[in-house]
Amino acid sequence: MSNLGIEVRSLHKFFRKRKGFIRARRSEVHALNDVTFEVALGETYGLLGPNGSGKSTLIRVLSTLLVPDAGCVRLLGHRIPGEEHLVRRKIGRVSVDAAFYKKLSARENLLYSAYLYGMDKAGAERRALEILDALGMDGEKFTDPLEEMSRGMQQKVAITRALLVNPPLLLLDEPTTGLDPKSKRDVQTFIEDLRARHGTTILLTSHDMAETERLCSRIGFIAHGRLIAEGSADELKLRSSAETLDDAFIALAGEKLEEDGTVAKHKKQEGATTEAATVATPLTGAGVAED
Amino acid sequence: MEQVLRQTWAFIFRDYHLTRRYFSWVVVFTFYAVVNSATVVLIGVAANDRRLTLTLLVGVILWGFLSVIFNEIANSITYERWEGTLEYTFMAPVSRVIHLAGVSLFSSAYAVVRACVIIVGMLLFVDLDLSRANWGGMAVVLAVSSAAFIGLGLIAATLPVFSPERGAEATNIFQGLLLLVSGVYYPIEILPRWLQPLAVVSPATYALSASRKLIGVGEGAGPDQTAGAPLSAVTHELLVLTLMGVVLIPLGLYVFGLVERWAKRTGKLKRTG
Repeated sequence: MSNLGIEVRSLHKFFRKRKGFIRARRSEVHALNDVTFEVALGETYGLLGPNGSGKSTLIRVLSTLLVPDAGCVRLLGHRIPGEEHLVRRKIGRVSVDAAFYKKLSARENLLYSAYLYGMDKAGAERRALEILDALGMDGEKFTDPLEEMSRGMQQKVAITRALLVNPPLLLLDEPTTGLDPKSKRDVQTFIEDLRARHGTTILLTSHDMAETERLCSRIGFIAHGRLIAEGSADELKLRSSAETLDDAFIALAGEKLEEDGTVAKHKKQEGATTEAATVATPLTGAGVAED
Repeated sequence: MEQVLRQTWAFIFRDYHLTRRYFSWVVVFTFYAVVNSATVVLIGVAANDRRLTLTLLVGVILWGFLSVIFNEIANSITYERWEGTLEYTFMAPVSRVIHLAGVSLFSSAYAVVRACVIIVGMLLFVDLDLSRANWGGMAVVLAVSSAAFIGLGLIAATLPVFSPERGAEATNIFQGLLLLVSGVYYPIEILPRWLQPLAVVSPATYALSASRKLIGVGEGAGPDQTAGAPLSAVTHELLVLTLMGVVLIPLGLYVFGLVERWAKRTGKLKRTG
């Protein structure tokens, strides 16, 4: 049996767009371009990249929500496309956008999800309350409609949903984006605890350098659909002669990663990686359709 | 088996609680349906024509029932795309048959309750003796015609995958077309000749024809006849409806599967709205 949680080989994904009806113009975006990486069982692997770099597309492929155009993916030994039904039982996913039935309470949303996975009501409620408690959320909020909750609380319910069935593989797509510092810390501590106690394999996408450095044993830099570098935070810094992961990203990707996930084009200057002039241009909309 | 039941229950549980949370809207829409039905049925009362009154009554009740089934199923995917939950439903280990069966079961139960409310509402406006109607036969017709409308709903449910807004628009146009050609309030013979072939392929045409016979206003019935026809009198309609259900439900599931695969190739499952 392989000791790999995630195995991605030469993965390609294109999105084709058609604009207009009579004189249609077609365009194609190469959202994932020959992406190859591995994540060991029990490892937390971080993917760093700006908005539109292909992070969410990759998570969607691994979540069985997108069919790749080429390449091979294995999750816990199961191949996709082909064995999606087996993969779905073993993965949990948290996306940056906590998607729920906002009129329903946390309890109703979580029970709906639990029933989908065949769980019984009592067991699901008990597990949900345990996770919410560990995430620092008041149990009294359990029956409140999601629309009355803050974004931080909604994100904690989203994490609870992903963990209800205790999946051995967790796909976290910017789980702390937009959270207040306290909620962010609660979630990060919980992720650390999850790996330590359950040996969960985690793929975390983020554009928060500090978070990625704290949580991930290895990190991949992704830009324009390509995985441009990977290694531990120290290895990446050493390779680019940078003092911070931010600088390492600038040196290796040629662009600066802003707090909000936009990129600032970096004018390469020989021998300088940190003080180069930058021109801020949001990548969203200019690049990849997904993400 | 227990797991399948729980997964089916998930959709009934979700739709029940969503209905509960939007209860005031449910009351408003049901109130409107009752009032709208009354305004139609009172045309027959004003004409002092029992046969016309019953024809219209069957039309409003049956159309109310079948259109709700169709609408709820067709719009279930629209709601999910607006809320952004479709991706989570599609990545759960639930077969599409169970998913759509759960949605269809709730829709059917909701349609039955709503039809009962409309019937009770109509009793406030019209004074009709329906004690000799074939109610058992009516229940059979409703059950069989539900299958055909579930199949149509499944096909229509794929439209919001392409575009939630355009999908909802197309669903309403399709529903309007069924209302126009199925003889809900008038005989299909009065339709322009070029529209009449559409009535032949609408399941509502057969459901209405059978229901009217069973309630006592079918073809050949006199103006004062009150006894409903036996079930054997609607064998032709039941056979056609059964055939439509047998074809449309698997066809709906097949089309849904095709569209799901297309959406997963093109990235169309994301939140919209």
